[in-house]
Amino acid sequence: MTASQLWPLYEIFIRARGGLDHKHVGSIHAVDARMALEHARDVYTRRLEGVSIWIVRSTDIIASDPADADSLFEPARDKVYRHPTFYEIPDEVKTL
Amino acid sequence: MYSQGLDNPPPERMVPAAAVAGGPGERFQLRVDAEEKIEPKDWMPDGYRQTLIRQISQHAHSEIVGMLPEGNWITRAPSLLRKCILIAKVQDEGGHGAYLYSAAETLGVSREELVDQLLSGKAKYSSIFNYPTPTWADVGAIGWLVDGAAIMNQIPLCRCSYGPYARAMVRVCREESFHQRQGYEIMLKLSQGTAAQREMAQAALNRWWWPSLMMFGPSDNDSKHSTQSMRWKIKRFSNDELRQKFVDFTIPQADYLGLKVPDPELRWDAGADCYRFGPIDWTEFDEVLKGHGPCNRERLDARRKAHAEGAWVREAALAYAAKSRPATAGRAA
Repeated sequence: MTASQLWPLYEIFIRARGGLDHKHVGSIHAVDARMALEHARDVYTRRLEGVSIWIVRSTDIIASDPADADSLFEPARDKVYRHPTFYEIPDEVKTL
Repeated sequence: MYSQGLDNPPPERMVPAAAVAGGPGERFQLRVDAEEKIEPKDWMPDGYRQTLIRQISQHAHSEIVGMLPEGNWITRAPSLLRKCILIAKVQDEGGHGAYLYSAAETLGVSREELVDQLLSGKAKYSSIFNYPTPTWADVGAIGWLVDGAAIMNQIPLCRCSYGPYARAMVRVCREESFHQRQGYEIMLKLSQGTAAQREMAQAALNRWWWPSLMMFGPSDNDSKHSTQSMRWKIKRFSNDELRQKFVDFTIPQADYLGLKVPDPELRWDAGADCYRFGPIDWTEFDEVLKGHGPCNRERLDARRKAHAEGAWVREAALAYAAKSRPATAGRAA
């Protein structure tokens, strides 16, 4: 097969039940969106694993670079005051 | 299903990147030691990447070739329910192949390369699928023993250090238990049936017992790549440990069926709290692996034929998609 004959890759996201987020479950090669949906149904929901499927062309996903993770997430590292446990409240004070 | 990890990269590629203090090789190993998962875009040693590509793709090929011996029985299953069950099982194996190929592709190898490696005979797949399925009882024995051995191998892989492989294995393991139980139930029905049916079940057990033990791969003394794979936490238990566990689980199940495994040396060792079994014929294993098993040629021919005959479908689907662009599926909601 030449490169132009390859089936593009789609990432599959499934909502397990109403009320839950769509979650990434894997990927599928398909010629178009409709085939990707149908194949995702067959490959990822053979046992009622979902009520809704999202598909995204893998090339359309923009991801952060793990090599940059340190600097990217650094601003959150020293801000412990953003967590409720940072604050010391006497035990007598209830429902806080 | 399971790949024995026999076709490993050449030893020089298995050497981890020089573990220079503070270098990427050392940081990588520290992450693995800390049970952090490695994800596709993370830095990893070339040997780790190559080992995973080979192991995951062999595993995927095994799932795909594994559809053949059982698919052989779909049209002849003894009832409509058994036919439905067998179709579902074979479809699962195809699905497992798809999960695993996707996991391998995250390491930078394309689906086409992987399929070509299988069809050209360059890549290995589990040698268990080179044995024939002459009777319905073989379908039962495969589910019970082959899928049972696969589960034993695959459960530790759910904790493999490479995230996409581990996640694929969680899905596979969730589905595999049905395979083993439907197989055991077939054996149970046969063992409770007529004398001829019991004989058929016993004959299938005789055929599949030793090949199932061989599925765990060479003995630890001869398994040269295990140490590195364990250090990388791709592998968690040695071949012999898993094989022993399988024997200890399976013998009582055979006893319940009233069937005997074909091993005159098998005995319970009360002191060691485990079964002792006779020596494995590794020459048979090597022969099958080299391509001289009963069905090696038939299996690959079947895959090549299916791939060649599907070529026009793949091309037509692409041509149709090109013609119908832009895509018509609904937007995310």
